[in-house]
Amino acid sequence: MGLLTKKDQALILDPLADNNPITIQVLGICSALAITAELKASIVMGISVLFVLGVGNVVISLIRNIIPSKIRIIVQLVVVATLVIIVDQVLKAFAYELSKTLAVFVGLIITNCIIMGRFEAFALGNGPWKSFLDGIGNSLGYAVILIIVGFFRELLGSGTLLGFQVLGDPVAKTGLYALGYENNGFMVLSPMALIVVGIIIWVQRSRNKDLIED
Amino acid sequence: MAINTEKNSYTVIFAAVMVIVVGSLLAFVASALKPAIKENQRFEKQQNILYAMGVHENSDAGSVNFIPTDKVEEAFAKHIKEQWVIQGGQITKDDTEAYLIDLKKQKTAAKEGRPPKLPLFVGEKDGETFYIIPMLGNGLWDAIWGYMSVNQDMVIQGVFFDHKAETPGLGANIKQRYFMDDFIGESIRKDNSYYGVDVSKTNNDPTNNDKVDNQVDALAGATITGDGLAAMVKATVRRYAPYLEQIRTEN
Repeated sequence: MGLLTKKDQALILDPLADNNPITIQVLGICSALAITAELKASIVMGISVLFVLGVGNVVISLIRNIIPSKIRIIVQLVVVATLVIIVDQVLKAFAYELSKTLAVFVGLIITNCIIMGRFEAFALGNGPWKSFLDGIGNSLGYAVILIIVGFFRELLGSGTLLGFQVLGDPVAKTGLYALGYENNGFMVLSPMALIVVGIIIWVQRSRNKDLIED
Repeated sequence: MAINTEKNSYTVIFAAVMVIVVGSLLAFVASALKPAIKENQRFEKQQNILYAMGVHENSDAGSVNFIPTDKVEEAFAKHIKEQWVIQGGQITKDDTEAYLIDLKKQKTAAKEGRPPKLPLFVGEKDGETFYIIPMLGNGLWDAIWGYMSVNQDMVIQGVFFDHKAETPGLGANIKQRYFMDDFIGESIRKDNSYYGVDVSKTNNDPTNNDKVDNQVDALAGATITGDGLAAMVKATVRRYAPYLEQIRTEN
């Protein structure tokens, strides 16, 4: 491959599975619990983080040599907050509907530990291109887990996917509901997100013994 | 690089420069986009008010479809006949920008003992008259607000709810059709007084056929948002009660 070397590919692919930010590094759990009750919110959050982490990593990487190490965490916070606010304002002016959907996430993105974690662990020590790939990889890894969790919670909790009633109408008792199936209301509550993430971790570690810690 | 980034003076200068750069960048973005954002918010208010009185483009039972932004101004002028401002018992009926009144400021005014401005809109559609009341209250995380339209018998004809930061999939569902549509047909009066509508977990009426109980079904996993919403509806109804009574007994 011309564009991406082996190492570059690893930067994108590793976080998707064996070095996943949520299931392996256990970062960004808070937002994974908060917003995965429906699939659409998970996807939107995934895209938002993709943008902020991709751009933020590049910015931090570009100024990494002039950041005073004493205040580097503050500098990182300022970069994230600025990016998020600018995006929010631009959306409000040109894509108002979308900005309303995103309103809840703005605060959650700023406090997402994955973003600070990647700035600190990667962007401060690597060039802009590598940092960009790392940002994309990690946010994709984050998004994949969010989407899996969101899929199961929305399907089992509300019987819908992206708002469409895929299992039939629970009130009119059509589809699966005609057979006596009931939505599991517990799935829409936050603790179930933790349990679903736990199951993903379990599956992942039992398939790859290297990931098991002693 | 030759600069010593560990020095205190460097750190202070860096921080100062960063604050100036970021501050002016954000200030520039905010002021450059302000007119566009204001316009969007104005259209949104018009869309919401019209939605509450049943002027919308809903085609199926599931989704909320407003009048599109390029047509909303025209529709608003056509359907909203009067905009009232009620202040200290006086009703002014010829306001043209009552829909832009900031309810939050009026709430603060009421708290500080100044008479708040209460807006109320009179709409007309297919020969029927609607009285639309704006509402503002508190959800779980942040503000919730909405509009409620009633007819002269004080029966709800439509509602619209929105929120700033309720949890997606839980409290945020107050703006879903299946929740909002339940309010239609409920009376805000109970036993000859102004009561409002309860969001109830024991209503046990998922299709909401019982319209005389002042109750709608609550949302799963959204108790506090639901309680806040019911409190908002009731407080608003109480505040407007004397004027609603005037409307009701007019004929």
